[in-house]
Amino acid sequence: MYNAVVNELIGSLGLIKPELALLVTFVVVIIADLIFKNNKVNLGLSILGTIVSGIFLIGMSGTNTSAFANLIAVDPFSEFFKYLILISTLIVLVMSEFSEELHNRDVWMGEYYMLVLGMALGMFLLAGATNLIMIYLALETMSMSSYILSGYTKEIKRSSEASLKYVIFGSLSSGIMIYGMSILFGMTGSLDLYAIQSYLAANGFFQPAIFISGLMVIAGFAYKISAVPFHFWTPDVYEGSPITITAYLSVASKAAGFAVLVRFIKLTFFDAAGSSDESWIMMNSIPWDMVLAVLAVATMTLGNIVALWQSNVKRMLAYSSIAHAGYLLMGIVVMTNTGLMSILVYFFFYLLMNFGAFIVVMLFAHKIGSEEMDDYEGIGYQAPVLASLLTLFLVSLTGLPPTAGFIGKLVLFGAVLDSGWYWLAVIGVLNSVVSLYYYAKVVRNMWLRKVDNGKGTLKFSIQSQALVMVLGIPTLVFGLFFGPIMRWAEHSVRIFLGN
Amino acid sequence: MTALLVTLFLPLLGALLLLFFKSENKGLIKNTALGISLLTFVVSVFLMLGFNSNNPGFQFIYEAVWISAFDAGFRIGLDGMSLLLVMLTTFITPIAILSSFDSIKKREKEYYVMVLILQFAMTGVFVSLDLFLFYIFWELILIPMYFIIGIWGGKDRLYATVKFFLFTVVGSLFMLIAVVWLGYYAGSEILNLSNGFTTNYLVIKELHDRIPVDLQEWMFLAFALSFLIKVPLFPLHTWLPDAHTEAPTPGSVILAGVLLKMGTYGLIRFNIEIFPVASMNYSGIISTLAVVGIIYGALVAMVQTDIKRLVAYSSVSHLGFVVLGIFAMTAEGFQGAIIQMVNHGLSTGMLFLCVGMLYERRHTRLISEYGGIAKVMPNFAVMFAIAMFASVGLPGLNGFIGEFLTLKGAFDSKILGSYWYTIFGATGVIFAAVYLLWMYQRVMFGTVDNPANKNLPDLTSKEWAMLVPIVIFIVWIGIYPNTFLKISDASTKQLVNKIEMIKFNKPAYELPEIKPADKNIKK
Repeated sequence: MYNAVVNELIGSLGLIKPELALLVTFVVVIIADLIFKNNKVNLGLSILGTIVSGIFLIGMSGTNTSAFANLIAVDPFSEFFKYLILISTLIVLVMSEFSEELHNRDVWMGEYYMLVLGMALGMFLLAGATNLIMIYLALETMSMSSYILSGYTKEIKRSSEASLKYVIFGSLSSGIMIYGMSILFGMTGSLDLYAIQSYLAANGFFQPAIFISGLMVIAGFAYKISAVPFHFWTPDVYEGSPITITAYLSVASKAAGFAVLVRFIKLTFFDAAGSSDESWIMMNSIPWDMVLAVLAVATMTLGNIVALWQSNVKRMLAYSSIAHAGYLLMGIVVMTNTGLMSILVYFFFYLLMNFGAFIVVMLFAHKIGSEEMDDYEGIGYQAPVLASLLTLFLVSLTGLPPTAGFIGKLVLFGAVLDSGWYWLAVIGVLNSVVSLYYYAKVVRNMWLRKVDNGKGTLKFSIQSQALVMVLGIPTLVFGLFFGPIMRWAEHSVRIFLGN
Repeated sequence: MTALLVTLFLPLLGALLLLFFKSENKGLIKNTALGISLLTFVVSVFLMLGFNSNNPGFQFIYEAVWISAFDAGFRIGLDGMSLLLVMLTTFITPIAILSSFDSIKKREKEYYVMVLILQFAMTGVFVSLDLFLFYIFWELILIPMYFIIGIWGGKDRLYATVKFFLFTVVGSLFMLIAVVWLGYYAGSEILNLSNGFTTNYLVIKELHDRIPVDLQEWMFLAFALSFLIKVPLFPLHTWLPDAHTEAPTPGSVILAGVLLKMGTYGLIRFNIEIFPVASMNYSGIISTLAVVGIIYGALVAMVQTDIKRLVAYSSVSHLGFVVLGIFAMTAEGFQGAIIQMVNHGLSTGMLFLCVGMLYERRHTRLISEYGGIAKVMPNFAVMFAIAMFASVGLPGLNGFIGEFLTLKGAFDSKILGSYWYTIFGATGVIFAAVYLLWMYQRVMFGTVDNPANKNLPDLTSKEWAMLVPIVIFIVWIGIYPNTFLKISDASTKQLVNKIEMIKFNKPAYELPEIKPADKNIKK
């Protein structure tokens, strides 16, 4: 017995090498910060650690199993999200190097890199967690780091405000979530999602209790993906946080939230007997799809409509990211593998375009000292390269061809239509039209207003422009050749369904 | 095939080439842009020469695997109708570019890049044989047009360009839904393809009888919304006068000359071909709106004080004839519609050029500012008169042929089943004569009251170069339309046969006679 447990533990260690690499880097960065007190060293070590973690991840590709006695699943589905998280982490680390708001202060940045890595670790664990306690721990690891990071520029008032707001809303939703978990645990006597599922399948259950507890757990995830009505923190936190962290929250943290949401719904309420690979059937016909559909519609509609009134680009992007969460939720609503694939594809493209947009906004803010839309007038002629790229990202976020965002929407709407949710697709399309208006507003200010404002050109470093290019070129290329991403996503929809 | 690829991609390559030029090199940029567009026209003439007009199917087909997971391919080809519209595009663009030489005075490099990208996208729309590819080109149009109106337009350009953008996108997103829906339905429900999706137009257009009617109607509406906004059909037309008025002259020429035709082209290519039954069911409603548009456009044009706005409303009226011809679903109707698309491109394009020439000289477009211009600019007066008479539909000029055929098609149409469409539609011709002649009279005749008009220079050689080629085609189509009608003859008749076959299967209709002319298309 004892040996079996030890063997299981040791065997499992091999399955979490990427996480271990992040953990080791996390510790190394703390120590290195004490010794060298040099940001470049911290940055180098963090990047190195991320890359090592990525190499381990590549080495494990295709694994489809469970580690630590069903605490964590290591499957293609989590692997996809881990890549997304790693790529985001890398981008954020590099982006931080260009950020003036982080560097123009007399503070060592050791904790910053450490916390980014800690957040990445939390998200890694969340992407694979299959146990209620594990889910909670992973979620909190990620949240704790992000609470501090969002208030990292603590001498700026709105940053501290953001952090505090984030903590308060976060604690509340964590509370709701763990309350739901306790009900689930109380009814089924297990924390293991697989065990909960088989218990529910075998014994039946009191439907309202399951429904309410499930809803409470979902609320916790909905908070992370900033779905309405758990979105209230988003605009303030996004506006107040350092822009690197805003970008990180809007992509990576959202990705982790989606991963766990999908996994939770699929593993817990999934009727293994009645489902095919192509479509999932939920136990005792609790209408989870309808719940999610309502959530999706509310999220995208509110996100888009409020985004219309924003005059601050960062805040506008915050609301637009709420709207994108709404589109992505449609992919879960349909409860098919096609839907899942569309989420993965969309997320990958969303990563490119959203990071791209945030980086350009950050670089502009350094030069013109503002994130207000009105201050963007005529900037297209002062900084043609970056403004063209921002235009590209915004067009892509709208979902117009020939950009990656169009393909994302196409695949997503395709999945929705394919499974007969016509009204949902129509609402999604109408929302895209609304989103066009506010994205186009930025483009209009950049290019059509003050065409000859007489101001000199703005100079940007080659490195910073190259970073944006690295995101911009794929945004365009994947708009025309997206086959590889589709195939990758198709292979990554497999969720480990237990032994 | 090679000629088609060159016609399509040459403007894009030209746009890329221009990016490498220095902005200060204005002369070089202008001449290169003009040279590229002229070269494209020359290449496209070879398309016309190599085209076999007896073959009703698609020619110059080129297919390349693009996204196998979707069965979306790079598939292009031409039939008679698309050939005429491609020719129209390659013909109008150099003229539009030439007219930009004087009217565009800022950021020339960016401007010519945009125009060439626009030409690439427009040609792409007309040659796509894949719904996915078509959609990409369709949306690609928006971006250069948005900037052309928004940067180089008139006083209210921002309002106009945003309106144009939003209207078009609303429509095209619904089309996207229909494309995806159709792709899945055809791929998984009908054909059982392994990837469950296809956007191959040549395959899909043969599936019309296997799509249930209610589904056909929904998809028909989604496609039609997008196309009818672009046409624009009353009551979806409100973006057009603003866009036309605010666009720079070459922008208006391209907008009227080619862009609007994308809508009517789409109606024939997709709505009628893929959803014939739904088209018949909705033909009454759409034709009614078309007739309302003909009369409404004409009446509103009559009260305009701004010449450009007047011409813009006349477009609403003229495009009504095209839509009426299409939904008559007879051979004459289709042929009339196609030739009328070309006609409208020529005559309205020329009218916009003429308005632009006046504007360059006087910087106003108000009719009341002019008077007696014929005395000052006699040559211009002749050219303007030709454009106007072509637009009115004077026999001997091109407009007459198109209007006559569409009205005759609608009169004979068994699907519309009523001659009232023709009767009301024909009043549009009379109204057109009223508002155009009246405008001409106020601008051109009378005494030169306004001192600013006393010393206006007559046509320059550049302006002659823009107008004369158009006049040649206006007269050519007017006198001997067969050169052009015969190109689209076979493909139109095939489409009519398809519709008659469906009618034949319904006992409510009589067995259609196969006309002798139809026999030689069976190859």
